[in-house]
Amino acid sequence: MICVLEGFYQTNIIYRTIHGSLSGLMPCWSATIVTGIMFSLFLVNIFLVSTALMTWGERRLLGRFQTRVGPNRWGPFGLLQPIADLISLLFKENLIPRGSDKILFIVVPILIMMPVIMVLGVIPLAPGVALADLNVGVLYILAITSVSSLGIFIAGWSSNNRFAIFGAVRGVAVLISYEVPVVISLLGIVIISGSMSLLDIVEAQAIPFLMVQPMGLLVFFIGSSAEMNRTPFDIAEAESEIIAGFHTEFSGIKFAIIQAAEYGAMIVTSAIIAIVFLGGWSGPLPEYLGWFWILIKVLVCVFVFTWVRATLPRLRIDQIMAFCWKGLLPMSLINLLAVVIETFILKGPNGQLSVADLWIMCVINTIITVCTVIVLNKLISNKVDPLRSGSKILSQRELLLDGQGD
Amino acid sequence: MSIRTEPMTINIGPQHPSTHGVFRLRVTFDGEDIIEAEPILGYLHRGTEKLAEERNYVQIVTLTDRLDYTASMTNNQAYCLAVEKLLEVEAPLRAKYLRTMTAELQRIASHLIAVGFFLQELGTFGGTPLMYAFRARERILDMFEMLCGARITLSYMRPGGVFWDPPSEFWSSLDEFLKEFPSDLAEMEDLLLNNEILMVRTREVSPLSAEEAINNSVSGPVLRASGVKMDLRVMDPYDAYSMVDFDVPIGSIGDNYDRFWVRMQEVRQSLRIIEQCVDQIEPGDYRLDLPKVLRAPEGTESYGKVEAPKGELGFYLFSDGGISPYRMKIRSPSLINLSVIDRLLVGWKLADMIVSLGSIDINMGEVDR
Repeated sequence: MICVLEGFYQTNIIYRTIHGSLSGLMPCWSATIVTGIMFSLFLVNIFLVSTALMTWGERRLLGRFQTRVGPNRWGPFGLLQPIADLISLLFKENLIPRGSDKILFIVVPILIMMPVIMVLGVIPLAPGVALADLNVGVLYILAITSVSSLGIFIAGWSSNNRFAIFGAVRGVAVLISYEVPVVISLLGIVIISGSMSLLDIVEAQAIPFLMVQPMGLLVFFIGSSAEMNRTPFDIAEAESEIIAGFHTEFSGIKFAIIQAAEYGAMIVTSAIIAIVFLGGWSGPLPEYLGWFWILIKVLVCVFVFTWVRATLPRLRIDQIMAFCWKGLLPMSLINLLAVVIETFILKGPNGQLSVADLWIMCVINTIITVCTVIVLNKLISNKVDPLRSGSKILSQRELLLDGQGD
Repeated sequence: MSIRTEPMTINIGPQHPSTHGVFRLRVTFDGEDIIEAEPILGYLHRGTEKLAEERNYVQIVTLTDRLDYTASMTNNQAYCLAVEKLLEVEAPLRAKYLRTMTAELQRIASHLIAVGFFLQELGTFGGTPLMYAFRARERILDMFEMLCGARITLSYMRPGGVFWDPPSEFWSSLDEFLKEFPSDLAEMEDLLLNNEILMVRTREVSPLSAEEAINNSVSGPVLRASGVKMDLRVMDPYDAYSMVDFDVPIGSIGDNYDRFWVRMQEVRQSLRIIEQCVDQIEPGDYRLDLPKVLRAPEGTESYGKVEAPKGELGFYLFSDGGISPYRMKIRSPSLINLSVIDRLLVGWKLADMIVSLGSIDINMGEVDR
């Protein structure tokens, strides 16, 4: 039998290795299937292990931010805590609320987790070391991540709980709104690098796009933290207002899966930022240590996300919407406009941008970013000194004198 | 084309993460907007007033601890003042200073909880400001432990003075606290008072006009935030308040931010009061030599009131000549401040509802008694 898929993935190192060693043992078609299954296992396990470590890391970090210790009981530095949590959640009763849509209620945790794993599949850790190197990587990521809004809405709808409905409606509103600036902020990168493939984007970064596209990074960072439901945009699961939002009714392993999906989304987003804005695997160390650089960059992003989460209070729904449409969207549009004009003027005869061009763009875009942020801050800001707005601190004498008049 | 909508009624509480205990609020929403709010009380009713009729005057002190369990020192104080008025006795000067000092420490602890939970309700994840507030409160509780062995339900004060003279380590840790806490407080003020998101969320949200506040007999920081110049510590000084100098913060429009701001400023003023008390206090008796079982003459009545952290806390006592009061009525600030809640909520959003509730700073132990 002719091996139809021979060469389909030949550029991929992992695929080549596994498929090559298997094809001696079995027919080509079954080797392809086995390789595919192994790929999926890779992905799911990478996802599970990294999110498990992530839960531990975030809880330790939050503990430090909040002047407490965090989980430190089981294993060195409490590293086995995720296992304890998982066992605890696995043995919980499988509760399905009365009046809920049973099938959807059971399917929904998977629906929420699926896009995260699917995005993880296209993230390259080193040149050629990605489970799939798509030539439309950026488009694929944007398309797949928006599926999660569907998951959130179905979760809220199927659990027959009014708090969950609140969370679902809020979540969908936020996700749909913030999708727009996030997409536009990545367009700038695509224009500069001239490709949608993540591999090409990394190779186009003679200097990290963090410097060429500071506003793009800002918009992407804020927008993606809104898409991940993290403070200050976590209204879909605002614990002080609507219990746990869309996942109020989920318990046991369903809850664990939803939580894992949320932590996984943070890792995936950090990885995207590391690749698209921070130069991916490039660094002073030799190329075979690329995974080390990407790990460091992902961890830095995760740290910043946790830092923001530990610091800021939550915004109200109308303020979040206003911030998206009045703040982030103009910023991303200004950024796009600047990039388009700069690329149009600077690009060489073959459509490429040289390193010098990138440096020029870096300077111009930094200035534009600073100006835009200052102007928008002036327009949106609502800071008032309480002592200037009529509040006062009276001495006892003043209080007694004035008090008689009241 | 118009989409048909209908209001949705939700029970907030009695099991809800941010209702400060077992408080239930039946709210009708139009989308995110509140169109009707009805508080439903009574889930923590323990019959404190009736229990008091069965106990003697000293035993009742322990009941008052359980009213507002975040500020039991001021509860003790109000009750003891009422009993002293009933018996027509006056505590010695040292006891007065000790009461003032401990009451102000309790005010700091209570306001720290109020501010911490207020921020928690604004949605700081896991309560970072709450933990900062609790760190400082912890030191106050440690000092209370040195005073009387308890941390929450203190029963430190007695009719006619205080239970015990503070041990020497109390004074050294108080000095340390007074030295170190201002910088912690400055750190909190720095992070919170000028926080942009906090201002956006709380300024001009749920304002309470001075007129409405007075008509509903609201008291404490909520009243002062509305711009009413009223503080029992100044207007009707008790214990050692007439001998210390402090300022009173007054808000402007009574929105959530003003209520928060007034509390933050009061913490600073409380520190000033404690510092002056430490300077002025002199050795002497800490308690009057009263009989173990107190009896008030038949038909006498008294009303003792203090400026508790949450507002005017009053105890009305009526004696029939027996060893326990014939009737004890508690004027609890939380309950009366809570009576304006529906006016504060209607027209605002779900997220504001929780914050407004936090800004009033209720304590269910005191609301339901």
